[in-house]
Amino acid sequence: MAVAAVKEYQFAPADSVDKFHGNQLLYIGWEDHLLFCAPFAFPFPPAMRFGDIIAGVLPGVFGYHPDFAQIDWSKVEWLKSGQPWQPDVEKSLAENGLKHKDVIRLRTPGLTGIKGSFS
Amino acid sequence: MDMQVAKKKLGLKERYAVMTRGLDWKPSYQKMEDIYPYIAYEGIKIHDWDKWEDPFRLTMDAYWKYQSEKERKLYSVLDAYVQSNGHLNVTDARYLNTVKLFISGISPLEYVAHRGFAHAGRQFPGPGPRVACLMQSLDEIRHAQTQVHAVSNYNKYYNGMHDFHHAHDRVWFLSVPKSFFDDAITAGPFEFMVSIGFSFEYVLTNLLFVPFVSGAAYNGDMGTMTFGFSAQSDEARHMTLGLEVIKFILQQDPANVPIVQRWIDKWTWRGYRVLTLVAMMMDYMLPKRTMSWKEAWEVYFEQNGGALFKDLARYGIKMPDCAAQIALEKDHLSHQAWSTFYNYGAATNFHSWMPDEDEMAWLSAKYPNSFDKHYRPRYEFWREQAAKGNRFYNKTLPMLCQTCQIPLVFTEPGDPTKICYREVDYKEDKYHFCSDHCKKIFEDEPEKYVQAWLPVHQIYQGNCFPEGTDPTVEGFDPLAAVLKYYHLEHGRDNLDFEGSEDQKNFEAWHGQATKNI
Repeated sequence: MAVAAVKEYQFAPADSVDKFHGNQLLYIGWEDHLLFCAPFAFPFPPAMRFGDIIAGVLPGVFGYHPDFAQIDWSKVEWLKSGQPWQPDVEKSLAENGLKHKDVIRLRTPGLTGIKGSFS
Repeated sequence: MDMQVAKKKLGLKERYAVMTRGLDWKPSYQKMEDIYPYIAYEGIKIHDWDKWEDPFRLTMDAYWKYQSEKERKLYSVLDAYVQSNGHLNVTDARYLNTVKLFISGISPLEYVAHRGFAHAGRQFPGPGPRVACLMQSLDEIRHAQTQVHAVSNYNKYYNGMHDFHHAHDRVWFLSVPKSFFDDAITAGPFEFMVSIGFSFEYVLTNLLFVPFVSGAAYNGDMGTMTFGFSAQSDEARHMTLGLEVIKFILQQDPANVPIVQRWIDKWTWRGYRVLTLVAMMMDYMLPKRTMSWKEAWEVYFEQNGGALFKDLARYGIKMPDCAAQIALEKDHLSHQAWSTFYNYGAATNFHSWMPDEDEMAWLSAKYPNSFDKHYRPRYEFWREQAAKGNRFYNKTLPMLCQTCQIPLVFTEPGDPTKICYREVDYKEDKYHFCSDHCKKIFEDEPEKYVQAWLPVHQIYQGNCFPEGTDPTVEGFDPLAAVLKYYHLEHGRDNLDFEGSEDQKNFEAWHGQATKNI
């Protein structure tokens, strides 16, 4: 369906990648840990190494949660747009096929939040 | 002898006819479509504007008379309240945060409603709806003004209200009510009337206005309570107008039914998402609760709204599909919302806090199916951490829904342990949503929602810092710059209630008022 309008109605999207100063948006959510109320949004350069997100960004973001220190990173399951996905930590976001406004999630089997409440 | 000639006086009905419809005329040298350019493009067909039944017989002169009487009463109560230091009679200084939410989140909408009804009224060729819209437009600006006046008393003493309109146009969570109304006033006149006139003012008003006004009454806020009562007769008129609009459009042409149904579906959901703020206000922010959000939803929507949609069935209108999902969310909505504001308490113009033991017990009792299982453990953890000086402040910006602009905090319908993610590819980009309903609204009019001013994305684009800010300098603190852009003072307007200036001042002033110190 198209918008009903009195004349031609076409406008540039407000969040196209060219507006982010060389960065692209990546959304990251941690499944079963609703203590963090929502997934996060980040502006990252496409050339950033995926492993640098895990080592350099996520501890500052999720580190408040006691489960974070327990994560066995070799067992983490990743989802991209809800589908199973395997990143290569040595490769960049672009080389991992991550595009502007992609959403990824990590599942950490065995870790189910504060007192198992998925918080 | 002079004959006494009785002055011919018009009856109420005649007088009304002369003063409203009698003022209309048929243009002779301009085409109707040039005078009313927005009346056809939405696809709504009106064959006879004279079939409009005026829901209330009020003429402009009577309108001014009634309203000025109400204003006189309102302002004398407000004066008395101010002179007796009424602000010290509220139940608890935490209550004031409800007032902050109201003045920055809701009052600016009254002003936009004023503009919206003025615009819609101008576009209708029928004199009946035009006069009704004129009066509602005046009501709305009056409500905005009386609310500002009532709340200005609190602004003299407490933080977070000083620049409410500036905040409304910028602060991340205020983009939720703002974008809701912006969506409505940028629609055509018929959709505006269905969105605000019907869905908001008729279907959902009891869930917005009543909780704030009765919340004020329960918590000793006579100022807010009085402006609420002063607006009550207007609200009754607005509800009647909203219902008349729907019935009139539906009776005019069967082709209007599916269009109106789509609007009702859309605006019930859009309105409900805005009510997330009210849900948490009812369950968390009122020190003395009136009823739970869940109870309010059951009474005002499921029962009253259910009866309404049964009544509308004869026109071919059915209950919006989203009602099923809302029923699943009613055990969770307020808790998920308050968790969000507790997370982002460093970026708000009001204080947040963890409920105390008694309040937790109240929440357990009101939400036996959800609170202890899903939310209590989280809250107890946060409380323990705060007691250790490690109060949780989430400093990373959240992912937002493209339609309602709320962070993706809502869980899958039927599974409160999983965040609900939805996405759509449109042209070059991906768009994300909190729900199937927000996704559907986008898919119906993607050209409109790709323009959304999403606060998080705007911050990352560098558009939410004070002029002259250089985000590339070493040690740049984006949150501090964003708060400056919001005109909020860190450590004063934001953060936890515990330890806040509001808390300290209220305690000290209340002590002075009640003790000989």
